[in-house]
Amino acid sequence: MNSLQNLSQTWVYLSASPLFHLTLTLVAFQAAVWLFQKAGRTALLNPVMVAVVIIVMALRVTETSYATYFQGAQFVHFLLGPATVALAIPLYRQWHVVKRSGGAIAVSVICGSLTAAATAVGTAWLLGGPRDILASLAPKSVTAPVAMAIAEELGGLPSLTAVLVILTGIVGAMFGTMVLDACRVRPWPARGLAIGTASHGIGTARALQVNETAGAFSGLAMGLNALATAVLLPLLWGLVF
Amino acid sequence: MLSYVTLIFSCQFVGEFLVGALGVPVPGPVIGLVLLLLFLLIKGAVPEDLARVGAGLLGSMSLLFVPAGAGIMLHFHLLAEAALPLGAGVVVSTAATIAVTGVLMAKLGAEAGDE
Repeated sequence: MNSLQNLSQTWVYLSASPLFHLTLTLVAFQAAVWLFQKAGRTALLNPVMVAVVIIVMALRVTETSYATYFQGAQFVHFLLGPATVALAIPLYRQWHVVKRSGGAIAVSVICGSLTAAATAVGTAWLLGGPRDILASLAPKSVTAPVAMAIAEELGGLPSLTAVLVILTGIVGAMFGTMVLDACRVRPWPARGLAIGTASHGIGTARALQVNETAGAFSGLAMGLNALATAVLLPLLWGLVF
Repeated sequence: MLSYVTLIFSCQFVGEFLVGALGVPVPGPVIGLVLLLLFLLIKGAVPEDLARVGAGLLGSMSLLFVPAGAGIMLHFHLLAEAALPLGAGVVVSTAATIAVTGVLMAKLGAEAGDE
């Protein structure tokens, strides 16, 4: 009886500690990766998406708030910054290609950036999306911190933008290969650049799994698109709205 | 090994500092990426230990997006309210962006001499 009580007390203590939600994040992701591999590595079972579904269900069932969860998960979240810095390594290894096709890269990313904002806003506008929804959606292909700042400038809801950024990343990681194959885009630099422009870091993480060259160009495109969108979108938004 | 962990964190820190001080519209880690790239270009090679640290961080990069992704639970009501414009906007735009960027780069890159 005494030991049972100890057990439950320990559980109550541990389940509120950051360690529990940090472990939950790792276990959910491991399960998602296992499923991904069992299913023949199909992009449709994107591990980020599956892990998020598992975690959200677990938090719902245990009636845990996102803020409590994040106290543990922040240690994983924090590593996003250093991982972004580390993208310099694959990029350096591709530097000879980057140098040779600098103009092509710039033109492709800027056109991609404009396409991303125009088609997102255009589609949502046709389907009756109100102005603040359009402004939240416009920068969704850009990496989260920059996208949130742009959304604020346009009069959108930065926290909704953060969610749309993640969704865009997952959609790009899931369907990017399919779109690129349909368009007969074969060179790895072009495939990576496309994924990184459209779906930032989540796309880059997926590209790195497929091919290191694609990953390097995806990381490059993520940075360039953040810059291009931050400069161009507020200007164009002012002209249209 | 530890010295390269320190280098990566320092690059990010200086990046965050520059972004804050100069008001550049780019996240600090992206400036940190540029700084590390400059280091590598000056050095002329990737030190083995740095390669190992980088592989550790990038090998599991997908995992790092999971905590932010779970933040979706805070916005179910907003997503449900405008599900059609938001969902269609994300899907159409992501596919169009991938197609436009990929096709352009394949074409222009080939002219620049890529394989």
